[in-house]
Amino acid sequence: MKKIGIQQIIDHVAEMCIEANTFLSEDMMEGLHRAKGSEESENGKEILETMLCNFEVAENKNIPICQDTGMVVMFVSFGQDLTIAGGSLEEALQAGVAKGYEQGYLRKSVVADPFIRTNTGNNTPAVIHYQVVPGDGLKIKILPKGFGSENTSALKMLKPSDGMAGVKEFVLQTVETGSPNACAPIVVGVGVGGTMEKAAIMAKEALSRPLGKHNPLEHIEALEDYLLEASNALGIGPMGLGGINTVLGVNVEVFPTHIAGLPVAVNISCYVNRHVEREL
Amino acid sequence: MAVVEIKTPIKKKERKKLRAGDHVRISGIIYTARDAAHKRMMEALEKGLPLPMDFTDEIIYYVGPCPAKPGEIIGSAGPTTSGRMDIYTPELLDRGLGGMIGKGNRSERVINSMMSNDAVYFACVGGAGALLQDCIKSVEIIAYEDLGTEAIRKIEVEDFPAIVVIDTLGNNLYETERKKYTNKLWI
Repeated sequence: MKKIGIQQIIDHVAEMCIEANTFLSEDMMEGLHRAKGSEESENGKEILETMLCNFEVAENKNIPICQDTGMVVMFVSFGQDLTIAGGSLEEALQAGVAKGYEQGYLRKSVVADPFIRTNTGNNTPAVIHYQVVPGDGLKIKILPKGFGSENTSALKMLKPSDGMAGVKEFVLQTVETGSPNACAPIVVGVGVGGTMEKAAIMAKEALSRPLGKHNPLEHIEALEDYLLEASNALGIGPMGLGGINTVLGVNVEVFPTHIAGLPVAVNISCYVNRHVEREL
Repeated sequence: MAVVEIKTPIKKKERKKLRAGDHVRISGIIYTARDAAHKRMMEALEKGLPLPMDFTDEIIYYVGPCPAKPGEIIGSAGPTTSGRMDIYTPELLDRGLGGMIGKGNRSERVINSMMSNDAVYFACVGGAGALLQDCIKSVEIIAYEDLGTEAIRKIEVEDFPAIVVIDTLGNNLYETERKKYTNKLWI
């Protein structure tokens, strides 16, 4: 039976937290370069240029792209034949976050209680979603989630009769209200179906799908294309100061649902859409 | 694009000359404050206590910076969403606050208070924390040190790039610019 030690997990998670906050993935970089090429507004062009320039500064100085280094969300896929040696998987993952945020000089943005609001001092706890899968692998995906954009996200329990038109309307409404505050051009993750929490988790994970990679279902791919074009027709533009690039990508995930329901969750990410994945 | 140089503190007369859409470079002392610092200042006012400083003609930058790496004075330091401070802002504007730097739109109440107090709201590029960190030349915590990243810091900036998004007349770039690029065939 395959074994992974907790120290190895801690070190990987720490590295991934620092990496995700310092370098943006290829697909996001390409998306922003494309946006700069197509942008019609002068303000928009200049803002996109500044964003690209900021990535270079962050890389050269080896400091975070954005000061909001997020609350960490993890998707962990755990092989049922794998043994974790030396301690608890959950504790190792959380210790990895604490180590990464300390060693990487990342901002600690987590408060212990939503009402009392005292900072935990090490950016833990992370929000961790586990999936148990066949085999002996361990796959960890890390999304440090900034709250400028998280705050603009929304969930609605639509009725089956609302259908495709209702979903389109709700997503566009959320984009229209949220994107000026969410550091547009944004990425939109949408989860449709399942239950309330399933829709929200799908919307979150959808943010980590590379830009330009469509949902394999034909009618969902068409929905993604529609939402992208309609969002960019809103005119909101980079940082809400006008332009044709409000949204870089829309990723929709679906799941079977109840005969009485049509849950829709919309999770918004700023253009610093951070996600790093490793298989240990 | 013409760039207006601004030296802080910024008097009413100077603020009234600025127009929504002006690109500016700010140099001088500005103060950082965000959610927790604003809340604490309001609590002080409710108790009849003084604010930690006089904000007359000063600029508040809505930011919670990253910790400084060895050899640096501050970490990444880009703007946070201003709207969360809307509930507190008029109190500070009535006490002389001259300007704010952040990102995103403001409430009608804040805009009305800005107009009656001749205050200006600037936006800078959200997420550009590494680039903006480069414009910060000195840092000193002046209040609420226990709030960590949310403490009030006195920072000296040089050529800090921003755009006037709401001016003293209430002209609002978030409203005017969007209209130019809305594709009505879709909406």
